[in-house]
Amino acid sequence: MRIAVVVFPGTNCEMDVAHAITSLGGDAELIWHRENDLSDFDGVVLPGGFAHGDYLRTGAIARFSPVMGEVERMAGDGKPVLGICNGFQILCEAGLLPGALIANRDLAFICRFVDLEVTDTDTVLTRSAELGQRIRIPLNSYEGNWVDPSNTGRVAMRYVDDPNGSQQGAAAVANAGGNVVGVMPHPERGIDELLGSGDGRALLEGFLDSLVPA
Amino acid sequence: MTTATQPLHRRLGMTDEEHESVLGLLGREPRPAELAMYSVMWSEHCSYKSSRAHLRRFPTEAPWVVVGPGENAGVVDLGDGWLAALRIESHNHPSFVEPYQGAATGVGGILRDVFTMGARPIALWDQIRFGPLDDARNRYLFNGVVSGIAGYGNAVGVPTVGGEIEFDPCYSGNPLVNVMCLGLLRREQLTLGTAGTPGTVAVLLGRATGRDGIGGASVLASASFDDESQEKRPSVQVGDPFEEKKLIEACLEMYESGLVAGVQDLGAAGLSCATSEPAGRAGVGLDVDLDAVHVRESGMTAPELLMSESQERMMAFVPSQNVDAVLAIAHRWEIDSAVVGTVRDGATLTVRHRGEIVAEVPAASLADDAPLYDRPMQRPDWIDDLQQTPARSIEDDPSDVLLRLLDDPAIGSTAWVHEQYDHMLFLNTVVGPGSDASLTRIRGTEKGLAVSTDGNGRLCHLDPRAGSARLVYEAALNVAVTGALPLAVVDNLNFGNPEKPEVMWQFRESVEGISEACDALGIPVIGGNVSFYNETEGVDIHPTPVVGLLGLADPMPGQPPRLDRAAEGMEIWEIGPAPTSNLAGSAAQRVIHEELRGRPTLPDPDAARQVIGLTSGLAHQVPVLHDVSDGGLATSVAEVCIASGIGATVDVDDPGYLFSEDPHRVIAMFHPGKVDLPAGMARRVGTMGGESLTLGGSPPIDLETLTSTHRDAIPRRMAG
Repeated sequence: MRIAVVVFPGTNCEMDVAHAITSLGGDAELIWHRENDLSDFDGVVLPGGFAHGDYLRTGAIARFSPVMGEVERMAGDGKPVLGICNGFQILCEAGLLPGALIANRDLAFICRFVDLEVTDTDTVLTRSAELGQRIRIPLNSYEGNWVDPSNTGRVAMRYVDDPNGSQQGAAAVANAGGNVVGVMPHPERGIDELLGSGDGRALLEGFLDSLVPA
Repeated sequence: MTTATQPLHRRLGMTDEEHESVLGLLGREPRPAELAMYSVMWSEHCSYKSSRAHLRRFPTEAPWVVVGPGENAGVVDLGDGWLAALRIESHNHPSFVEPYQGAATGVGGILRDVFTMGARPIALWDQIRFGPLDDARNRYLFNGVVSGIAGYGNAVGVPTVGGEIEFDPCYSGNPLVNVMCLGLLRREQLTLGTAGTPGTVAVLLGRATGRDGIGGASVLASASFDDESQEKRPSVQVGDPFEEKKLIEACLEMYESGLVAGVQDLGAAGLSCATSEPAGRAGVGLDVDLDAVHVRESGMTAPELLMSESQERMMAFVPSQNVDAVLAIAHRWEIDSAVVGTVRDGATLTVRHRGEIVAEVPAASLADDAPLYDRPMQRPDWIDDLQQTPARSIEDDPSDVLLRLLDDPAIGSTAWVHEQYDHMLFLNTVVGPGSDASLTRIRGTEKGLAVSTDGNGRLCHLDPRAGSARLVYEAALNVAVTGALPLAVVDNLNFGNPEKPEVMWQFRESVEGISEACDALGIPVIGGNVSFYNETEGVDIHPTPVVGLLGLADPMPGQPPRLDRAAEGMEIWEIGPAPTSNLAGSAAQRVIHEELRGRPTLPDPDAARQVIGLTSGLAHQVPVLHDVSDGGLATSVAEVCIASGIGATVDVDDPGYLFSEDPHRVIAMFHPGKVDLPAGMARRVGTMGGESLTLGGSPPIDLETLTSTHRDAIPRRMAG
């Protein structure tokens, strides 16, 4: 079962995500944003970074990349779709997740470990976790403050101590079907205790377990 | 004479004598484009004309040196086919004129220096120095520089894993912004800045050329500041990390495919440098067609095209049969490219524009025939007075002194800064910012790369030679704390106006000090940068050399020491020579007495070697090792308490001992009986445990006060 890790110009977490998936036994392949056929893939990850430089608004240009048509199709087909950090922003811009991500409350970039609490286990990211489980992984963003005037987003994980002002303290948000998830902190940065935490493994393992053959 | 009526060479920052040299060299009056090229290539920033004679003192050879000084970055052998590339640069003047872009383009430039060598940039460090934060302008500069480093580094996707912060009134009119980059490569990917053989094609990659940064190297970086400095804002470049990220990936793909003969980045002196240096190094001629250069603005003149410092550009020298493949890679990564020249027999650099020859000069002369100045040196007459007035002792209560130190922005937590930097990308940062040294693992091997950067303007002001030597020893001990041994040094020499004999004396002394310490440790200097003219309104900064030291841990400790690994009941040992109570140049002297005087304790090369060797071995056995430096023993123990959330008792009463910054010392913490330390080299100074820190007979400080004082040192000032 294969996972497409999408690379936009300006994406920079693609190698880390591919490494994390591979080290957990998954099959990841880097896919350039101009690709318009993902029919051979069972799931897709949009990694972190600064797609197209994020000069207009985060994800505003990326949503028009050719690959996004396929991401939309897979989301509609119920395939697992995960957006991490900038990928979360792109999924919101593309309308695959409700809401938008705006600048952090304190108007500063935040790179540090944060504690999360799992609030919904019926998603492709949190299905292997337990309700109320604490997860410690790094946050790394300037625009991580999720707002959702529609109040339709399902919060899959929330910050224990909200660092950026997110509505409901949301750190991860799912669509109604639970197959499309955006997460602002980086699960792939939490797969090795030597680097501070192994808590991200449970999340990515859940994502791998959610794959069903194409 | 007003600026407008000055002759062209002076407006370009050249002296009359330098203009005469060009006349002699060419045997005729130089064309405007030629004069433009010489003015930037012969600037202090590019030619090191005041410093070259002294830099020859540095030891530069060792069996593991692959590329020494003179290329875009130094390269050392790590074994098993791995090489590391290291480079440090300053962006002091641009950052004062425009802090965000000045700092951001500093990051961009240093990355290009490293991936020019064929290496993937894997980590960055920033060494930044400002005036006191009670001044609103200094806060603006500090905030702008940190934002610029974050804005560029985070977006381009290279983690910033450490650095240094210092505050002193001498930097109020002239902040220092240095940046260092480490790259990793396989031996077969090593690429040099050579133009190759006749027939090789010059391909310009990356952003279009515009009028930004014209004369950045000459009129901005190589002159002092005055009231009109803000008018130099157009000389500051504007960076685009998104273009740089694509450029990195495209270039690395070209190297991996073996498509290029050589590469040179376009930084200071732009096209002038990227054409003349590779041709000069290869001993070939080069024809360049400026009409082929892709531009952002119409109507640019030849001198403007040759001097522009537009960012995110690289010049690749490509064998003709590979040109199509190179252009295809550029197209796929969505970067612009243009074939702008061809390597020829001979040694002449010929530049054409609008059908005419605008420059025809010996290619190597731009780099090799630059002026070499043996500037006069004079020991300053004030330094004896300064050294002979002993540093005052401290009579205050040690607990009060410690809290004042922890509240100092140079000693307090750096979280406000480093949490704005992505320091975790690539999943290799084993020890990150806020530690003695960073430790980056090389996945798939047992190796770890430890890096420390150290500068101390106050110490070097009191004694430039001993102060500079101590920086090398301190950096070497810092990397030993992670289990590494020192491998190589780069340095960034930030000094005042070299036309003043006292400044040149400080410079020479500093080079001597660094060299002596490197000799004693058997490590080479593999590169560096000199930044002169750090003066404003005639006042020079303290001499501020910054040392960046790379160490190799092979194997890396399975559990490298970290400050948060302390536990209840661990013994606290101090390793190294027992300190004197000399506070000359110390943080305690600065914070408590607000003065700078005395003679700092001299380094001891034998003790340094012993302690570094011992520490590097201990890193495989003990959970906590921490350098004793800024703020002395009391501060080092306090930092462990804060990181681990465990109190401590230190059995030392003498404030002179508690706050001394005498060199070659670390503290080690471990459970009783776990480690045998050599007698005479170490002494027990306390125990970890409880909810507070007690220094001798002084009143205990509860952990919460300790932690909040340290945490808020920078934020509370930036909020004001």
